[in-house]
Amino acid sequence: MTEKSPITPDELSADFPALDREDEEQLLPQLVAHLREHRTRLQEEWSQRIQQAHLLTAMTPQEMAAETTSVYDNYVEVLETGNVEALQHYARDLSERIIPRGVETHEVVGIVLLLRDVLARSLFEKYQRDFSRLNEVLDAYEPAANRIANTVAVSFVDERERIIRQQQDAIRELSTPVLPVRERLLILPIIGVLDSERARQLTEQLLSGIRKHRAKVVVIDITGSPDVDEAVANHLVQTVDASRLMGASVIITGLSPKIAQTLVTIGVDLSKMNTIGDLQGGLEEAERLLGYTVTRKEGSTSS
Amino acid sequence: MRQGSTLIASVHTALDDSELVRFEHDLIHQIGEHRSRGVIIDVAALDVIDSFAALTLRRIAEMARLRGALTVLVGIQPEVAFTMVRLGMGTGQVPTALDLEEGLALLAAHPVAGTDSTERDARPGSTP
Repeated sequence: MTEKSPITPDELSADFPALDREDEEQLLPQLVAHLREHRTRLQEEWSQRIQQAHLLTAMTPQEMAAETTSVYDNYVEVLETGNVEALQHYARDLSERIIPRGVETHEVVGIVLLLRDVLARSLFEKYQRDFSRLNEVLDAYEPAANRIANTVAVSFVDERERIIRQQQDAIRELSTPVLPVRERLLILPIIGVLDSERARQLTEQLLSGIRKHRAKVVVIDITGSPDVDEAVANHLVQTVDASRLMGASVIITGLSPKIAQTLVTIGVDLSKMNTIGDLQGGLEEAERLLGYTVTRKEGSTSS
Repeated sequence: MRQGSTLIASVHTALDDSELVRFEHDLIHQIGEHRSRGVIIDVAALDVIDSFAALTLRRIAEMARLRGALTVLVGIQPEVAFTMVRLGMGTGQVPTALDLEEGLALLAAHPVAGTDSTERDARPGSTP
């Protein structure tokens, strides 16, 4: 996750240099005081707007009330201090809780923008008679509000990406198992689409598996993989060659018609590839290569 | 280098081009001296095998064959194996095996190199 460096009040004030120092120092506290004063009313208005927009429908009204309260308080606090660290932390925490419930990015961004809008409207209302004052207030409010919206969105997306990465890692670990079935015989079942990333990983795991298990024969079963593109097919052929360099012969089983077509079309040298129709045949061939003879015990029942 | 009727050469450090040439030269001469029937070249210590090294290894194997010995290349690291294949430098006709033990088994099984026993003395290997 990319850590954002906390934004200092200095940086924040750099966003509205047009104001003179005195004004600026008074404006924000004034603004914050105003928002604190009308907290209940504004928060209710905000909740209503959220409901009208049909956002956060995955949450119960009670949860909504609790979350909107803390978001509101956090929001005002950031306006006051200019320090987004606490908000960042809260947003990440919130994301962690609501992402598993299917809350979408647009909803989260949506509610923050709604709050921004609600608060801005209340400012319009308060300063409607003094236009230049309103201008100054908005100058102070807008950059800070934008910063908040930005922070929340980024935190949410960060959290989501972290989850996706975590899941990708899990899938990756599961996706290329190298199974020793007999002494010196490995099976590599490939299920699902082989993309180049997975193919690369497969090679890595296979070659280190050959080394670890001192394999002489490897059966790669691609029954579960309906299609490969040319790059991956090429990669597969290279993997077979590399395995041979490490002293293991590779048997490929379960080539689909489509993959067979791809392999022939790209014109790689297939004479060295040992391919057999199905996994069963491949295992039998592997056992033959290793000198195993498998016989069924006399009198045992076959189901 | 260890020997018996099988000559075992293990490469301990990365060799530059001139060292490779010397290695080739030494090895070919020793095949004649020891009347070796099999040669095992162990490259387990190499992290990189470039095109010249691969070519040299192929040349050694070919020359050894002409002098009556079968060459087996053993101990190619996984990453090295894949890099070699990616760069299109196979080992040609040279047989390969996982490690020394496998290489010896492969030679023993071979009709030419395996005719007599592969006795070896236990002198520690040294860089050629």
